[in-house]
Amino acid sequence: MQKRFMAIWFRHLLTDGLALSQPGLKELPFVLVMPVKNRIVITASSSLAEQQGAFTGMAVADARAAVPELVAIDDTPGKAAKLLRLLGLWCIRYTPIVAIDLPDGLLLDISGCAHLWDSERGYLKEIVLKLRNAGFDARAAIADTPGAAWAVARFARASPIVPSGKQSQAIAGLPPAALRLEPEILERLQKLGFRTIGPLLSMPAPTLRRRFGTTLLTRLDQALGKINEVLVPIAPPVPYVERLPCLEPIRTAVGIEIAIEKLLSELCLRLQAEGKGLRKAVLKCIRIDGHTVQAGITTSRGSHSVSHLLKLFGLQIARIEPALGIELFVLEASKVEDMETVQEQIWAVDRGLADTALAELLDRVAGKVGAETIRRYLPAEHYWPERSVKVAASLTEEPQVAWPEQMRPIRLLHTPESIEVMALVPDNPPKIFIYKNKRHDIIKADGPERIGREWWRDGGQHRDYFIVEDSEGQRYWVFRSGHYDGGDARWYLHGYFA
Amino acid sequence: MVAAKRELIGKLQKDILQWEGYKPPAPGTGGLLGLGPIEAAFPNGVFPIAAVHELVCGSAEQAAAGSGFVTGILSTLLQQGGIGVWIGRSRQLFAPALSTFGIMPHKIIFISLHKDKDALWVMEEALKCAGLAAVVCEVGELDFKQSRRLQLAVEQSRVNGFVLRNASGKLNATACAARWQIKSLPSADLGGLPGLGFLRWQVELLKVRNGQTGKWVLEWQENRFVPVEELLISEERQVG
Repeated sequence: MQKRFMAIWFRHLLTDGLALSQPGLKELPFVLVMPVKNRIVITASSSLAEQQGAFTGMAVADARAAVPELVAIDDTPGKAAKLLRLLGLWCIRYTPIVAIDLPDGLLLDISGCAHLWDSERGYLKEIVLKLRNAGFDARAAIADTPGAAWAVARFARASPIVPSGKQSQAIAGLPPAALRLEPEILERLQKLGFRTIGPLLSMPAPTLRRRFGTTLLTRLDQALGKINEVLVPIAPPVPYVERLPCLEPIRTAVGIEIAIEKLLSELCLRLQAEGKGLRKAVLKCIRIDGHTVQAGITTSRGSHSVSHLLKLFGLQIARIEPALGIELFVLEASKVEDMETVQEQIWAVDRGLADTALAELLDRVAGKVGAETIRRYLPAEHYWPERSVKVAASLTEEPQVAWPEQMRPIRLLHTPESIEVMALVPDNPPKIFIYKNKRHDIIKADGPERIGREWWRDGGQHRDYFIVEDSEGQRYWVFRSGHYDGGDARWYLHGYFA
Repeated sequence: MVAAKRELIGKLQKDILQWEGYKPPAPGTGGLLGLGPIEAAFPNGVFPIAAVHELVCGSAEQAAAGSGFVTGILSTLLQQGGIGVWIGRSRQLFAPALSTFGIMPHKIIFISLHKDKDALWVMEEALKCAGLAAVVCEVGELDFKQSRRLQLAVEQSRVNGFVLRNASGKLNATACAARWQIKSLPSADLGGLPGLGFLRWQVELLKVRNGQTGKWVLEWQENRFVPVEELLISEERQVG
């Protein structure tokens, strides 16, 4: 069967892509710019800007002279490849083989696909119209070879569909630039007076090779179909999903466990081969009564260990209601991450917080009683006791500042509790305090340690902290809120020392 | 004759310990915790590592004293870079205070649970995890079956377990290696100077498996325990 190819050209790929994400730009002449050799040069120009005279390759300052209201936006390299990949993935609905053709095009192998849209004309119209409706200024052409389609899409004024075997007629009238050549060769051809490809076709190959190198010959042969051109198709990402349909509906916990184990071993095999670890997974159980029951797990570190993940799911099995039976299990890993492969060790070496066993333990705990119960604390740069620690974001986060040196009570009350106090002299430590109807005679005391409020956060009184020891040897952290003479000085118990 | 008999009895006692699963300690492992005379109360004269200890705390003050004592032991156990897990009830433990006991608080993972059942489940799981250095758990009640489960987990993984029992009522029997009660004592006089001295506790061993119970006074001085000799009260009582 004769192969057919389609080339799509996006004339304003980058600017159209940007206008899609920032609709306000559509009405403005705007350009993407990048510094090149101390000049800010236009790398892509929107159609509006082009109409008014700002072209790719100009310096922005020159373009501004022509178009005063020109908007210049910094270009990010690699954007074109990303956009083309997305467009290519969209095109997979029309043909399975889509290749990216940098910097601004796509090449599609459409052999045997076009008849589904009645004809090649209908097929081309469908794709181009859809792309134009989406906001991309696209042109496309169909020919026997990718080279000819590429040339016709960009340079031909006539019909975009080249009949089979007629590539040489189609490209004969096009300029040499339609052959995808390097600028140096194009310049040489220009100097020698080759305005179109036609004269090149009738020249003997050795002459061309001697003057222009093999590239020109290869490109010519590719366009005419004498050499095959191989396209590198885009591979769409395959989602991490496993399905397990059951012949008989599953109703028992054991059955569910076996199903999960089967799905996990398939999934983990793939994860292992790709060096990935699972972070989040959802198990969907589709019952025969049409309802779907879900169970989800999360891990604190990527894992592809079947036994560990099965244990995590094992904690959830009790929550899966099979009712009349489950006929389909779908396991989807919604979040995976790259895993560093650790060499297996014969002797268990203490790896501290990086220990896999510890991460697995915490996953199990999180699965059973909830992740919010697990905390690690890091010092925060605040003197105010309630703010002096912050919760670590991850298991391996290290403190940025040192832990404070001051004596702090081992047990701190969430809210300071009011006590009645007697002190001999206003600023002395208390002599007696009464807490929960029990009188404590204070024998020894340290203090005061004044801790001021963070006035930029909240108003209120400072605290004067005392460490006191009563006659039984019990040690407390008490404080007076505010100055003694203020009248509103109140005493509180805030913690217990060991 | 008497000396020969005593030697024979001593040997028999050692044999019995070995049959019960107490291996004689490797030379140089004793006295690591610096508990001084307390260690002599344990079988073979070594503080039992890889066992579950139980601390009885009747009041909030005793809970604080018990937490302090456990933290002191933890600081030695965590010195090799291990990780500790502290299962608490209402997030009362104040992390910055641990640095006074020579522990980097970020090396401890805090888990807060309200139900005893959950706490004991988490503790058992944690005790099975051989990578940890120690697990501390605050619970209200602990019955024999639960303590036995903890002990079995510990025997496999060689992790140290500490249970802080907040119960004040009658104490039932457990399978723990030792039952402690820690009370705060007035700190030493600083020679007429104002202020508090070193933290001082009365450490009481209420029950020891195959060891001697007794009462001692300990101080926490510069990141280690220091026994206070003059107040030593020892009680000779054998508990099987």
